[in-house]
Formats: sequence, structure tokens, C-alpha cells
Amino acid sequence: MSHRLPSGGRLIDRDVPVSFTFNGKTFKGLRGDTLASALLANGQLMMGRSFKYHRPRGVVAYGPEEPNALMGLGEGKTFEPNARATTTELFDGLEAKSQNHWPSLEFDLGAINARLSRFLPAGFYYKMFMWPRGFWKHVYEPVIRQSAGLGQPPRKRDADRYEHFNIALDVLVIGGGIAGLTATLAAAAAGAEVMLVEETAHWGGRAAVDGGEIDGALASDWIAEMRDRLSAMSNVRLRTRTMGAGVYDHGYALLYERLTDHAPDTAIPRHRLWKVRARQIVVATGAIERPLAFAGNDLPGVMLASAVRDYVVNHAVVPGRRTVVVTNNDDGYRTALALKAAGLEVPAILDARTDARGPLSEEARRAGLRVLTGRGVSMVEGKGRVETVYACEQAGDGTVTEDFAADCVAMSGGWSPAVHLWSHAGGKLAWNDDECMFRPDPDAAPRGADGEVFVRAAGTANGAVTTQVVLRDAFAAGQAAAEATGRRATGRAPEAEEEVRQMMVPVWIMPENAPYKRRAKAWLDFQNDVKVTDVELAAREGFESVEHAKRYTTLGMATDQGKLSNINGLAVLSHALGVPIPSVGTTTFRPPWTPITMGAIAGEARGELFQPIRRTPMHDWHEKNGAHWEPVGHWRRPYAYPQGGESVHDAVSREVTAARQSAGLLDASTLGKILVKGPDAGRFLDMVYTNMMSTLAPGKCRYGLMCGENGFLIDDGVVARLDADTWLCHTTTGGADRIHGHMEEWLQTEWWDWKVWVVNVTEQYGQIAVVGPRARDVLEAVGGDMDLSKAALPFMQWKAGTLGGIPVKVFRISFSGELSYEVQVPAGQAPALWDRLLEAGDPFGITPYGTEALHVLRAEKGFIMIGDETDGTVIPQDLGLDWAISKKKDDFLGKRAQERDHMTDPLRWKLVGLHTLDGSVLPEGAYAVDEGVNENGQRRTQGRVTSTYHSPTLKRGIAMGLVERGPDRMGEVLDFAKIDGGVVKARIVSPVFYDPEGVKQDV
Amino acid sequence: MLTLTCPYCGIPCDETELAAGGEAHLKRFGPGASDAEFEGYMFHRENPKGVHFERWRHAYGCGKWFLAARHTVTMEVFGTYEAQSTEPPQEVRDRITARHPGWTWRDFA
Repeated sequence: MSHRLPSGGRLIDRDVPVSFTFNGKTFKGLRGDTLASALLANGQLMMGRSFKYHRPRGVVAYGPEEPNALMGLGEGKTFEPNARATTTELFDGLEAKSQNHWPSLEFDLGAINARLSRFLPAGFYYKMFMWPRGFWKHVYEPVIRQSAGLGQPPRKRDADRYEHFNIALDVLVIGGGIAGLTATLAAAAAGAEVMLVEETAHWGGRAAVDGGEIDGALASDWIAEMRDRLSAMSNVRLRTRTMGAGVYDHGYALLYERLTDHAPDTAIPRHRLWKVRARQIVVATGAIERPLAFAGNDLPGVMLASAVRDYVVNHAVVPGRRTVVVTNNDDGYRTALALKAAGLEVPAILDARTDARGPLSEEARRAGLRVLTGRGVSMVEGKGRVETVYACEQAGDGTVTEDFAADCVAMSGGWSPAVHLWSHAGGKLAWNDDECMFRPDPDAAPRGADGEVFVRAAGTANGAVTTQVVLRDAFAAGQAAAEATGRRATGRAPEAEEEVRQMMVPVWIMPENAPYKRRAKAWLDFQNDVKVTDVELAAREGFESVEHAKRYTTLGMATDQGKLSNINGLAVLSHALGVPIPSVGTTTFRPPWTPITMGAIAGEARGELFQPIRRTPMHDWHEKNGAHWEPVGHWRRPYAYPQGGESVHDAVSREVTAARQSAGLLDASTLGKILVKGPDAGRFLDMVYTNMMSTLAPGKCRYGLMCGENGFLIDDGVVARLDADTWLCHTTTGGADRIHGHMEEWLQTEWWDWKVWVVNVTEQYGQIAVVGPRARDVLEAVGGDMDLSKAALPFMQWKAGTLGGIPVKVFRISFSGELSYEVQVPAGQAPALWDRLLEAGDPFGITPYGTEALHVLRAEKGFIMIGDETDGTVIPQDLGLDWAISKKKDDFLGKRAQERDHMTDPLRWKLVGLHTLDGSVLPEGAYAVDEGVNENGQRRTQGRVTSTYHSPTLKRGIAMGLVERGPDRMGEVLDFAKIDGGVVKARIVSPVFYDPEGVKQDV
Repeated sequence: MLTLTCPYCGIPCDETELAAGGEAHLKRFGPGASDAEFEGYMFHRENPKGVHFERWRHAYGCGKWFLAARHTVTMEVFGTYEAQSTEPPQEVRDRITARHPGWTWRDFA
């Protein structure tokens, strides 16, 4: 039997058939269908299974509020889980799969949970899985992991592209129904720059379906005319398939545009994320119909009344041949009339109100429909879908008054304004007792940087119910928004006839006194399987706050986020607690409105563009010569240069040995270089370094330490005085930007009257370290105008000159303990100098070395490394660096902090060297264990390893560590715990393993 | 996603251009200060639900530090001013008073 009506369907094109698959089976739909409407047209009512009980579920809604019909779309590189069938536009070749079942949608083993539902009440996770303790790891967690979640995550790298747009606007209008169109017109007519977005592919919202007249024209004609009129205005942008995802502080909004989901095309981006800064935002997001809570309301075939008529009117699709309408308001009658007009049967309209005298109920009666007042649904029964509807007195206990054979139930529990975007940026809600809804509180609107309102709700999102009120409200909102941006608004709102209607009555449970058995079958949240009894249980167990009840029951969690059932759930909660609804309040609405793809969030920032890599001037040479890379901050530095079939470890040993025995070459360009200049530069450096820098003579270098104001060591490096008022401060590779910022901060915010200029010149220069006993020979072989002898350029001095015709500054500083020259060269000429050094050094066996050899060389000498020996809790005194802390200065950053008693505690862990008794390499970060346990019952510790290497020079493991009273305990043997439970014995020794007198660097 | 006007550039800056720097108008206590003074300077911070004074840096712009007076609940910004200020300018105080008569923050009112 075809489920498509022979005529009608305002959005479909009957001449264009579209082929798609669902669970591997091929179906036919029409252009203009959604996946949901096409499945319904093929009689496929069941579209998924519920999360907890795996109950068969059909589509309930027509739009983004759909809780059940979640699909996995596409395959492999384009797979996407949890897509709503209702918001998925059909295209030829679409592949969809239902979720949350095994082995198949029709036969699902997980459905056993439904039989166990008595044992799976609200909060069962918290009750069941507490004990025995060992069960958590081996039984509960694996089972829960297997059954948790809705769709499966994609397993392949996403083949699609995504992009971001940034835009600033006067007025952003979200929602392209008649309210959004009207607000846009009002604001644009006043001259404001306006952008109007609509999440579906169509303008007009509900009015296009529900008809009526605006300004004397049919609503659908008026909508088309408005669209044309607005698109002709140069100050208006119109965007369909663009959702308002979130509204944030100070007029920031995120829009999510789906460019190719309806027509896959890899040539252009799939999604676009708009980052909008709007001076004013108008939220015209409409309203969401509420379901009714009666027994069996989750059977496939029970749908929102508005969704039933949307499928019929928009797609000529028949959700059911015989539909019972159940309502507590006038709007449900529109569905009955639409079904009747389409030639479908409506055996009865069950109206919970004790009388039905509005124009719509009268119209239904005139059309020959049977209206039963004061009635509700006692329960719905059927095997896998609606078969029988049992009616009862709404005021009673569910005693059946009459039953109806039916295949569809259209339910309407009234409408809730879609206040999500209003609430995102802090807009508050007010309860309206007449309309039984939370609506935006105009006195508590989100406010911008200037303290003025920047979000305005308009139309049904603002609680307006009739077309006339919607149009006036939206026009006023658009004008107010334009005026807030400094425009003068004029003109009049579009007009619609005044509508007489009968007020709704609140119905939260159907029937009013439904017994437990019925309430336990009355679903509130379809996606998360939360029933009326679950919320009642939460209230009984003391989860009285709506936020607690939500988390305890999972009401309104997952992709649904309470769109469909939030109000029903909190009404049941308020009833159970015996307090009015407004004092229960709502849960917090958070962005996004509906989930957006991770791809859209990432945009183009993936792969190479995710994080730009910083390259030194010699990067290409390293690349060509087999560098094994190490990321250091955003830099890439060679870790080592393995040659031939050499292992990385062997390469490091070879490089260390070369530097010790002949000559090594290091690209030290990443080293931070900060120029500090000015009449007060010396005074300033005396504050930021622990030692005295003002007394350093021009031409000389000094190793310096920097602490934060809380006393802990933050950076170190060699400072060179360039001239009377200029110092060059070397920082660690990772510290350059941070230390530059640190200096700027103190200069700008504390010592702003000091005449000092600070500039970070790290990238202006390449820096090459020539290291080893033959270093001088290598430089002399390159040739230049410099005397590099010990007498002319002693240790810890620097000189400017030329090497091989290239202007350089040569620093006699050493991080290896060898004779060492660090050559600073303009970045553009660094590769040329590097090549000259390699060429000239060849006879001396010059060997480029990487960061690991650098580490081994410095560790052999007992030189500390920021980040290894320090971790934000270490002061210079812990590292035996008291000699670098000036006693003469009244003040420096960290001085006061270092006077605190725990900083001078003799029991502090201090730096020592560690020699394993067996010569092995200590595990990284290993702790030295002590006797006994601490107050937490953990094994006591007395030290830890901070740096540990194999030393090719000493041919054994060497390590540095921090040990309680370490320097006082030379020669003691400690036990270091290994991960496998064993211990390594190591003796406390001096941290300087190689050349303790320091003769080799000073030759 | 705040916008704050950089008092040096004179342009409204997106929060992504800025770096937050904690509380404004701290008085530094160095050597010679008592333990209590140093503790207050180093660790004690206001955490108001209301008017607050903060340090910000136009990190991805001119690089300058500035101070901002802001309401932590409504997000209203009463003004931004140069970091080289030992107290909020009178016009900023007046703007706060207009919205929140009787406000106080540390020693300011």
C-alpha cells in the first residue's frame, strides 16, 4: 500500500524520484522529501530503538526536536552518526542506517532491558554498580561501555572540508518564519545591516503549513513575496540551511551552515561555521509542540499533532490512515482538519478540556468530526505500532470509556517557545500561567558590553500565539533592534486578522489519576527512556532540584537536550514535589541548539594547518640530512641525525662523542634572544634576574636565573652586555615568548616610569654552537677578521666581527662543558654560515648534533634544564644555585617569597647526582622510596629522578634528581622504584659527572 | 566572548585577541613586608559576583596591558583604562555608580 497521497505535498516534486538505502535496503522517495518523510512514504514507521530499553521507536516529530529517528549516514570517510532523519534532506544515493540495536532493527537482543525495566529505575547506574568493588573493572564497565552511547563514532578520517567565516553585523535574525521575516524587514527598512538565517531549506516556518492570511494574501504567497523583497535589499543577507547554534556574551553568535548535506559535492566545503559579532540579535526560533504523557505514548505511530500535519501537507505522506487526535488546546484541531481534508479518517478528537467551544472545534464539528471533551488516552496498544487507542475520562483513573482501532495518534500538549538561544547568553524566563509556558522575561534580557539589551525574542519564541500578535511583536523587535544600532525605524507591521481561540488547559499526566502501572508506561523523554514514574522516583529520593533530577533520571540529556519533554518533565517534578512549576524552574540551556559537527568546529585547522610549525633557518638542511625530529613548543628541532642504518640511540652516542673528542655543530637558533635597552635597563634586569646584571661589563657574559614573584625558578640563560645601555638575554627555547611577556608585564604594570625597551629578536638571528676541543680550529679555518684565541676572547666574553665574510657575534659560552663558541648570525645568512662551518670543519670530523646529544652533554656536566630539574615548585636554592642569587640586592622578583619558612626548610629536596650501582639507566621520573607510609597510606618517598641518560663518555647511566637533604647525604644508596615493582639501587654523588674543575670549557 | 575596548588602540577587541591577567590594582609587597602582607599580595583575590576590576593584555594586537571595570554577572563593561593607573578613573567610577549605587570593591567605592 502506498503511503503517499495521490495529490498535494507543497515541498515535493513528483517528477523527480530519488533513490536511497535504509539498513541496506533500497527505497524510493521524491525530491523535497526528508529522510523521515521518505521512510514514512515507504511505510517504514520504525526508525530506531530507544537508548535504555531498546524499545522500537518511530518518528515523533518533524524538525530538530526529533528524539527517536537518529541515523548513521554515509560510509567510511563520510560517515556521520546521530543525524536526525527529520532534518536530513533526501538526495540520490543517500545511505542511512538505524542505530542502537543488535543484530537488527527488527530483532534486537537489547530489548530484553525492557523486560527488566522494573530493575532499571532512575538512578540505577548509581545504585547497581557500587559493589562488589572488583565488578566495576571487569563486569560493569565493559558491559556499560558496550551498550552506552547512541551512534557509533566514525572510524575513518573525514574526507570533507569545512570552513569558518567571520562577520560583523548590525542585526542578526535567527529563524526564517513569519516572525523572522517580519523582524528582518523592520530592521532592514530602517537601514540596518541585517542577516537572516533559517535552519531548514524553506522560509515561512509553520505559517506556510497552517495557512491563514497576512496583509490580505495567502500566508504562503506573502512568504514568497517577503523573501523576494528582502533578497532585493542590499543591506540584507538571507541564508537557508543555516542554524543559529549559540548566542554568547556581547553579541557573539555561532551559525552552522550546511552547504552540501543535501547534495554532496566534495569541491566545496560541507559545513561552514559563521562567527558573528552582532550588535543586536533577534531570536525568532518559534515554538516546539509538547507531547502528552499517557501509557504507550512511545509506540511507533504516536506522533506530535503538528508533525502529522506537516508530513501530510508538505510531503503528502500518510503517517496513518486512521488517526486519533488527542489534545488539550485548539491547535490539535488543525491536524484533524488537515487529515480530513486529505481524505484520511479521524475516528475521534479527544479533547482534555471539559468543553470545546473555540472556532476550530466548531469547524471540526461542521466537518463531521467526532469531538469528545473531557477525555484523554488511557493507553495505546499494538504490536510494534499503534493498533488500539483506549479513551478515558481525563479527570479519572483511566477506566476505559471507549476504544478505537487506529494506526496513528496525533498528540498535542500545547507549545513551548524555543527559548534556547535567548537563554544561552543569560536571558531569564517567566512562567505564563494562561498559556502554560515559559517565555522570555523581557525584564531579564541578555545585556551587552554597554549594559543595554542585545537579544530580543520575537514571535512565538517570545510567547506570541496568534499570527496577528506574532507579526506585531516581530515587527516591534526588528525596529527596536535597528534603533539600538542608531537607526530610525518607521513603517507599520504586516497585518493579520484577530483570532478568537479557546485557552488550553495544562495536562501533564493523562489521565489525571493514572495508576502506577500506566504512569510506568508513560514516556516523558523518548530518547533517554525516562518515564513519569522515573521523575516521581527522583523526587521521592530527594532529587528536588531540577538540575539534580535531570542528571539522576537522564531526562533531557543526549542529543535531545530537553527540546521535546523538558516542560513535561519539570511539570511532573513540580507535581510530585507539590510546588508550582515556576518555583521548580528549568534546567540550563546551553549551546549548541542542536549538535554541530566536529569538522565545522575545526574548520580548516587540521593537518598541517592545525598548528603552524616554526622552522629554524637551517630546517631544510636538517630535513635533507636525516634529522629525527623532536617537537619543542611549536618548533621542530633535530633530536639526532641517524646515519645509514644507525639507531637513534647510537646516533646520539656518536654525536656526543664527537663533541667531546673533536667538534660538534648545533643549531641553537630556537634559543630565545631578548634585547633589553635603555637608561634603566640594568636596574630592570637586576629586578628580573636573581643575580646582579647591572654590574656586568660590556663585552662580558653572565649566567642568570629568573624567578616568578612566588620565588620559583621560571627560566635561565646567559646574559651578554652589548653596550652601555643594551643587554642581550638568552632564554630557553620554550621560554622566549613567555619571558618576553613577563618582562613587558612588569615594565608596563609595575615599573612603568622606568626607561626600558624590550624586544624579542629570537627569529631575527640564527644561532650556531661550534663545540669541542677543535672548535677554535674550525672557526679559524672558516676565516674572518676575528682573533678567537683564549687571550683575545676568553670564556664568558663575546665579540662582534665577521666569519667567512658574514657579520656575526661570537659568544664564548658553553652548555656542554667543552670549548664552545655560540655564533649569532642574521637569520638570512645562517644557512650559508652553517654550510661554511661544515665544510671548514670536515677535516676535524665536525659532526652536527641534535637535542638529545645536547641534553646528554649538559647532564654529564650537571647543568640544569628548565622543565627537567624544575617543575614550578623548585627554587634556585634547591638546585645548589645559591651562588647565582645576589646577596647585595635589596629586591628582585621572588626574593620575598624565598624568605618564607618552607622555602628555607632544611628538609627540602635538593639536587644531587645519582649513580646506579649496576651502571644501568634509572627510569625517568622514578621515586626514591623511604620506610613507612604517609597519612594517605601511600609509600613514603624521599626523592625523585629529574634527568636520566646513558652517558657515552662515562659509558654508564647517569642521573640527576632531587633528594631530601641530598647534598648532606653524599655516598648514601637509595632505592628507586621501577614500574614493574622492583627497585634500582643508586648512590648519591655530585651532579657534575664530567670535568668537575671546568678546565675543558676554559681553554 | 567578551569585547573590551583597548584604551591604546581605541578599538573594540574580541576576547580571542586578549589575554586575561587576573585582578587589577594589586599593591606589590617585596622584601621587608610581613608574612601577612605578602600573603595578601600574592594569594588573596576578590571573587565578586558583581563589579570587578581586571587586568587584560591586548596580546594579539598592540601588546599593551590595560585595566577593565566589568560586572561579572551582567557582563557590562563600565570602562577600560591604562594599566599605569593606581586607581580607577572617576568617570569609570561614576558609570558604575549610575548602575550600581553604593558599590564597593576593596578600598574603592
